[in-house]
Amino acid sequence: MSRLTQALCLAGLTALSCGSALSTAHAAGTLTIATVNNGDMIIMRQLSSAFEKAHPDIHLNWVTLEENVLRQRVTTDIATGAGQFDVMTIGNYEVPIWAKQKWLAEVTPDAAYDMSDILPSVREGLMNDGKIYALPFYAESVMTYYRKDLFQKAGLSMPESPTYDQIRQFADKITDKENQVYGICLRGKPGWGENMAYVTSLANTFGAQWFDMSWKPALNSDAWKNALNWYVSAMKADGPPGATSNGFNENLALFASGHCGMWIDSTVAGGLLFDPKQSQVADKVGFTAVPKGTYGKGPTWLWSWNLAIPASSKHRADAETFITWATSKEYVKLVAEKKRWVAVPAGTRASTYANPDYQKAAPFASFVLNAIKTADPSGPTAQPRPYIGAQFVGIPQFQGIGTQVGQTVAATLSGQMSVEQALTSAQASVGRTMRQSGHGQ
Amino acid sequence: MQAVLNTSAAPSAPARKGKGAGFLLLSPAVFILLVWSIVPLVMTLWYSLQNYNLVDPTLHGFAGINNYWYLLTDPDFLQSLLNTLLLVAGVLVISVGGGTLLAVLYDQDFFGRGIARVLVISPFFVMPTVSALLWKNLMLHPIYGVYSAMMRAVGLTPIDWLSQYPLATVMMIVSWEWLPFAVLILLTAVQSLDGEQKEAARMDGAGPIARFRYIILPHLSRAISVVVMIETIYLLTIFAEISVTTAGGPGVASSNLAFLIYSRALLQFDVGGASAGGVIAIVIANIVAAFLVRAVARNLEV
Amino acid sequence: MAFKVNCGKQIAVTLLGWGVALWVFFPIFWMFLTGFKSEVQAVSTPPQLFFKPTLSSYAEVFERANYWHFTINTVLVSVIATGVALALAVPAAYSMAFMPSKRTRSTLLWMLSTRMLPSVGVLVPIYLLARNAHLLDTVLGLAIVDMLTNLPIVIWMLFTFFREVPAPILEAGRMDGASRWQEMTMVLLPLALPGIASTALLSLILCWNEAFWSLNLTSSNAAPLTAFIASFSSPEGLFFGKLSAASTLAVAPILVFGWFSQKQLVRGLTFGAVK
Repeated sequence: MSRLTQALCLAGLTALSCGSALSTAHAAGTLTIATVNNGDMIIMRQLSSAFEKAHPDIHLNWVTLEENVLRQRVTTDIATGAGQFDVMTIGNYEVPIWAKQKWLAEVTPDAAYDMSDILPSVREGLMNDGKIYALPFYAESVMTYYRKDLFQKAGLSMPESPTYDQIRQFADKITDKENQVYGICLRGKPGWGENMAYVTSLANTFGAQWFDMSWKPALNSDAWKNALNWYVSAMKADGPPGATSNGFNENLALFASGHCGMWIDSTVAGGLLFDPKQSQVADKVGFTAVPKGTYGKGPTWLWSWNLAIPASSKHRADAETFITWATSKEYVKLVAEKKRWVAVPAGTRASTYANPDYQKAAPFASFVLNAIKTADPSGPTAQPRPYIGAQFVGIPQFQGIGTQVGQTVAATLSGQMSVEQALTSAQASVGRTMRQSGHGQ
Repeated sequence: MQAVLNTSAAPSAPARKGKGAGFLLLSPAVFILLVWSIVPLVMTLWYSLQNYNLVDPTLHGFAGINNYWYLLTDPDFLQSLLNTLLLVAGVLVISVGGGTLLAVLYDQDFFGRGIARVLVISPFFVMPTVSALLWKNLMLHPIYGVYSAMMRAVGLTPIDWLSQYPLATVMMIVSWEWLPFAVLILLTAVQSLDGEQKEAARMDGAGPIARFRYIILPHLSRAISVVVMIETIYLLTIFAEISVTTAGGPGVASSNLAFLIYSRALLQFDVGGASAGGVIAIVIANIVAAFLVRAVARNLEV
Repeated sequence: MAFKVNCGKQIAVTLLGWGVALWVFFPIFWMFLTGFKSEVQAVSTPPQLFFKPTLSSYAEVFERANYWHFTINTVLVSVIATGVALALAVPAAYSMAFMPSKRTRSTLLWMLSTRMLPSVGVLVPIYLLARNAHLLDTVLGLAIVDMLTNLPIVIWMLFTFFREVPAPILEAGRMDGASRWQEMTMVLLPLALPGIASTALLSLILCWNEAFWSLNLTSSNAAPLTAFIASFSSPEGLFFGKLSAASTLAVAPILVFGWFSQKQLVRGLTFGAVK
């Protein structure tokens, strides 16, 4: 027998032993938790040893992935009932849709959890038929960040409630391309959760919306045209180069390294921008409300990352113990103790905002609280609409159409298409997809 | 096996008897590949005729050719098909052309040649996701990227590669990964060329270009076929590089067929649509393969 | 005069050879360098070539993920997939090379065409099959899929190598009373060993770098290095340092392995060009 044959036999044996060893690795009491690689979740993972100490019979097994990869993994898993995960980190986009499919286990935390402490607008997004299907880990709305030093230098002052026209004027004045300071940074990376989150919120305040009451796409409206024209012309004049690859993280990096004059994005960025360890402009950041467009009303932005238990999990009770812990008041205190108050998960609990230590550490606290309370995902748009969601449309097809339209919007930003062309093409492609999926046939 | 042991057979016998044994030896691989390709193929064909959406179970039943119709009439379909072919052709031209030149270069003797060679082939070992992230963030980023800094240093405005030249940039990144593979194989072939042959040609007064054209190139034809074959197989289904760098955009400027299927169907977990896309892709891949294989296989004496 | 010309040419070749090499290698070098920068240094403009190195990015990467777990999984998957692929491919290639039939050519082409199926199109069917076979998130499951995706190429490469082995040598062995099995293991394999070795190396490299299936078919127990990268590819905040450190860690083993084995890899890759 040659060495090769021996090696092959060995490999075969290893294969068999691994297969059997690994398939039994899910011992009783092991929870597999799928989560996103965002800062707050990384902290949760670090601090979870405290949970394991308190519950010695529960062992935690972490799967941390980038958002897009994670979403694909957990959706495939839950929809096929594969049951690989006991706890999933999902958005308020998924929760109601999945709950309706009966894929999620109902969550019933005890009185000590204090459900009434959870902000109502956040809680409502996690309900279906009056039952709760996930617990919120952190939530965000939208705000405008700006550089106080640049505004001062240009002799400008930021109003409490700016309009998009004003934002454009400010951006023109503080842009200094020589020194790589760009007046305004906005999301441009195509994706339903990236550029379309911002663009949808922008469109709402310009009086635009995705669908009319008969589920006909409403993308070729004048309101959409105005919103996109503002976006494209502001970004072309005052935006950073490479805007079509900038999502939340890229813009955060740009702002934190001093390249942006203004940035309209998620409220969670506050905790990072005001942290001198992660931001070179920590002492120069100002903030104000999200700008208003010509319509001036409409839902703004509400996103929450939540912990949910798939119905296919074999450890539901243990999983519920864990998600109750990770979203509890005690957990907030634990983060404050072990890390800093500014690093606690934001946007979910009234008690966090009532805490004077948090108010001191996070100057933007009351502002964010107000933004989340008034985000109003089920509020009215300019015309009546059949869907809910602030910066997204709460239907399963939105991941696909949102990303496709996101690509079209990115093409206007890079100059490959005019706004009119883009909207015509978006209108057609969304119509196609809706027809394909059985809407409006 | 007993029959095979019969060694006193006439010379023509092994070929005849070989048939049974040959089948026996071939069958495990064929069987397993058959299962691997038929089972998913049948499932894919079946799903492609169904309304089957993972996240919307209310929609089900027979769809007929709807899923195919939806994809084939997509205005972006032709563009992404063209992109697929451009991507394959572009990377092949760059890696085979560049690879041949570099193979000749690294065949020359110079100081530190061994180390230089190792450096050149290194990108082949880097995983596609990493190389895409690397190029996108550290090299080509219009603000932090090294290339942008270099351009600013000489007074130029940095180019926003991924939004201005998306397909060409993806092509470049993919070529960076596959050029080393071409160099690796072609260099081996160049080195196997008889030194005396080259010397003789030089004595005959052939210039370097003539030597390259008439001696080296014909000698390389087979190695080139190998490169073309293996690379095409991988390039037809490129996904990671596109999804990391441009996500197929802006618009569909850098979407290939694999990515279009992903963004049109799989992103909304439309299994029916994705399956139809898969079937279309198989058909197209086989057409490409048929042409390619016929051109290349002659060289490979298959 | 001739000496001068040669000398000039020598310098030009050296410069060109090194210039191209450094240019091609530069991104990898830069990744390595950036891994030792702090996050703020990593995004400084203009980029710094000289800086005070720090291990903070590496420390954070190791704190966030169990690197060794991912590496061991990758090694296991690559080795098992390559081993099984060779075990299946050697007999198949042998049969096609030495006992060709009318259908050999079309069989080979068909095998290669199975490789051209885009993975995204069959994700759900394969996922369902893996679920039903209880192979999700197992090293074995991923190894099987990797093995199957590489098998056609492995067979084809071996077939090309085997064809280079002169048939008379095998026939001589047979005259001495060797069985098919002996003929294959005692005569053919030693002769074709360089080719087999480079095929194995190529398969190892391709398995190591496979990203689509490894992300979709594993979650934690069997997650390989490509999943490790996916947890660093775009986290919140500045991430160039961590990304570079994680990438360096994910790439380093196969890169070093490739450097050491490149002679071996090259030796077998002649594809019969030597005649």
